[in-house]
Amino acid sequence: MDQARIRNFSIIAHIDHGKSTLADRILELTEAVSAREMREQVLDTMELERERGITIKAQAVRVTWKGHELNLIDTPGHVDFTYEVSRSLQACEGALLVVDAAQGIEAQTLANAYLAIENGLEIVPVANKIDLPAADPDGTAVEVAELLGDDPAHVLRISAKTGDGVADVLDAIVERVPPPEGDPDAPARALVFDSSYDQYRGVVAFVRVVDGTFSTREGLRTMATDTRFDAEELGVFSPAMAPVEQLAAGEVGYVVTGLKDVSRLRVGDTLTTVRRPAEEAVPGYKDVKPMVFAGLFPTDSDDYPELRDALERLKLNDAALLYEPETSQALGFGFRCGFLGLLHMEIVRERLEREFDLDLLVTAPNVAYRVMKKNGGWIEVHNPAGFPREIEEVEEPYVAASIIVPKEHVGAVMELNNDRRGTFGKLEYLSPERVHLTYELPLAEIVLDYYDQLKSRTRGYASFDYDLAGFKPGHLVRVDVLVGGEPVDALSLIVHRDFAYDRGRLLVDKLREEIPRQMFDIAIQAAVGSRVIARETVKAKRKDVLAKCYGGDISRKRKLLEKQKAGKKRMKQVGAVEVPQEAFLAVLNIGQGQRS
Amino acid sequence: MSAPARHLYVHLPFCAHRCGYCDFVTATGRDHLHGAYVDALLRELREEHDGSSLDTIFLGGGTPTYTALPELLRLLRALPSARELTVEANPETVTPELARELRGAGVDRVSLGAQTFQPHLLRVLERQAAPTDVRRAFAHLRDAGFDNLSLDLIYGIPGQTPADLAADLAHAIALGPEHISAYELEAKPGTRFTVAHGVELERQAEQMEDYFERVVAVLTEAGYRWYETANFCRKGKRAEHNLGYWLGHDYLGIGVGAVSTLGQERRRNTPKLARYVEGHYDREIELLDDETRARERVLLGLRLDEPLALGDLRSALDVEGLARAEQLGLAVDRGETLTLTRRGRFLGGAVTAEILA
Repeated sequence: MDQARIRNFSIIAHIDHGKSTLADRILELTEAVSAREMREQVLDTMELERERGITIKAQAVRVTWKGHELNLIDTPGHVDFTYEVSRSLQACEGALLVVDAAQGIEAQTLANAYLAIENGLEIVPVANKIDLPAADPDGTAVEVAELLGDDPAHVLRISAKTGDGVADVLDAIVERVPPPEGDPDAPARALVFDSSYDQYRGVVAFVRVVDGTFSTREGLRTMATDTRFDAEELGVFSPAMAPVEQLAAGEVGYVVTGLKDVSRLRVGDTLTTVRRPAEEAVPGYKDVKPMVFAGLFPTDSDDYPELRDALERLKLNDAALLYEPETSQALGFGFRCGFLGLLHMEIVRERLEREFDLDLLVTAPNVAYRVMKKNGGWIEVHNPAGFPREIEEVEEPYVAASIIVPKEHVGAVMELNNDRRGTFGKLEYLSPERVHLTYELPLAEIVLDYYDQLKSRTRGYASFDYDLAGFKPGHLVRVDVLVGGEPVDALSLIVHRDFAYDRGRLLVDKLREEIPRQMFDIAIQAAVGSRVIARETVKAKRKDVLAKCYGGDISRKRKLLEKQKAGKKRMKQVGAVEVPQEAFLAVLNIGQGQRS
Repeated sequence: MSAPARHLYVHLPFCAHRCGYCDFVTATGRDHLHGAYVDALLRELREEHDGSSLDTIFLGGGTPTYTALPELLRLLRALPSARELTVEANPETVTPELARELRGAGVDRVSLGAQTFQPHLLRVLERQAAPTDVRRAFAHLRDAGFDNLSLDLIYGIPGQTPADLAADLAHAIALGPEHISAYELEAKPGTRFTVAHGVELERQAEQMEDYFERVVAVLTEAGYRWYETANFCRKGKRAEHNLGYWLGHDYLGIGVGAVSTLGQERRRNTPKLARYVEGHYDREIELLDDETRARERVLLGLRLDEPLALGDLRSALDVEGLARAEQLGLAVDRGETLTLTRRGRFLGGAVTAEILA
């Protein structure tokens, strides 16, 4: 296909603003999918995505419209996947900016719209859901036009649900989005904007060809990681996988690589041929590093092998997921896992529990810290238990946060951000009613219950997005929890100096409630270094006997003791102290705020 | 077939009233069945025992002394001879005549269910006796020549203050029984008593936490030997029958709901009075392997103050748990024997769970 007749675009929208519905209508209208085949929301394939209404894996679909080849590249819709979104956007020349006409612009939309503009994409603004009684298409058009410096008349008004105006959207893509401008004769280059793992065929790369032409069975290599493989099959999504002999400049499709490890083919990397390699990679490749870490432990230690296998399988399709074995004396064998962000963590946890039927204990999440030790040398720390006690300096990751909120809630948002060590950036009015606030916040302050707090303090009206903004020094300390003098590794945490006392007190009080009295006094302490900041005691039991025991009830008494013994065995041993699993669970729950 | 049991338990279920906290097999309003019941007991005894003499016999209930006296005496006279023959009695049932007749029928030990000397606490327990009944019963029994009397006390009764407890102990000691059993009240889930008093007990749990310590302190101070978790005696006056249980001996139990442990078999007769009287036992049988018997010998033996001879019992112990218990100063392992320390005995249940494999 002549590049002049190709249009590559994606859809930017906030969750529930109608992206998937619009994608479905586009597929129907272009007859890529028959009505019979049509399941609602074809693009979102994973069960979990369906339920949460979130797109996790980007995909690409080729449709034809009035003699043009249109490639719709789906983008993940959440902050944790900003990098993946940026790669998907880089594969396009244009983007539909879909805004719910009843809701207006949300922080996430704004963030992704800026990302699209930075990538030089042509934005086609769309006000959706005009069929809703509460819709305000004109107001929304003004807000969107303001953001883009565009004419409100250019904002398309549609209802993806009824199909009203969808054909105009396709026409606008053809008219407004520029065609790709790669060099068809240059050495072949393609941007990997996503990948997935097929158990029979290995890693399948989703690519946008930038220059030149790729052919089936050709020897290929990635430019950043220098992974080599043969193109076992090339193809396009229409929307099912359809093999083709060649993929040429401007086209979007897939490459079956036969690779067995998704981490060898990273999103953002550039594919070229071994025979005639390109000189320069497509710009923008980043080695994405997990920023949020948590320990995952099976509730039943016998499930450890199942957890390991499950993580291995998830990892096949999720290059950003990191995991390494971790042993906790309190929680047993498990894994320290690294995630892009909170949503990523939640998704992994839910998939482990749902698809693999595992019961998990998840420790309070923490961020990655950079620590300079007393004897010099920076190390990166992913686990409070590995946080050195003697430190020179600590740096923690910060984020640039963007919050959109009705103006009456601005005060509440500012208060929350102040509590969370935020630094105010700017305040601007998107419309007379709605305010856009920017803040710089430590990532550690938002991994706990920030989002829930934001929602509850603004009665659900605030929308929030963030982008990582580098490391900064912080007055951080490690708080250890000691039970009977023994530190409980799984409960250690890193907090700002000013919060150490309150958090320590909270943990100690909760543990005192949860640890049953035993045959000796148990000291429960929170300590920073060798300094105890909170202390409680679980007093020793003074009696524990079976009142009487005669011939008629020996069996019953024996069974009682056997039950007591079995209960002891289920307890986790911290030194001489027996701690019920529920105690850890309760404490880990406060560690994670009251996240639902 | 193991050697025949040397201990016999005879259950007499009849009572004037069923107390709220009681979970034994009892029968009220069935006074017309006393005769038939004794017939059934004697039938079972004939089937299970060859009539040779025994070490101990214990008549428990119910209220054995509530049984119509001629029937009770008919039973006593038909029993084989034994070195110790104990009958449980409620104070209000003890008359000079009963005391004399029991003594005449060979009974040499009476266990008197006093429970408490406080009228308001007796009401909570729904006991029929008045405090004066206990003293009177005691006097009648002494007059009839009994030199081995036991008194049952219950502590931890809803509303019982430390002063109430001290008074009960003082009253008991003043009567000078050879043996005292002192039980903490067990509010078993689902009983009428727990429904009525559970909340109050919960509320008092902390206050009553040291009652056990007080009981042991006062009774040992008065010269009683704390020879079993809940039992105290004057020199040489342990309850020989019950000692049989705690030493893990075999025993034969006859009567409704009675349990026997014979070699590898533990069995329980039907708890239904009508069935039993008709000659049906409907026995529920539990098989006990050697390992289980060994574990039971440990859990029973650790209730006693005398060292538990380990012999072949090592395999029933949790080595690590035992080491922990020793480290905490709760148990002493001398190789041949195992003993709980004083504090270990107060925590006997938890320590046993720790030590048992």
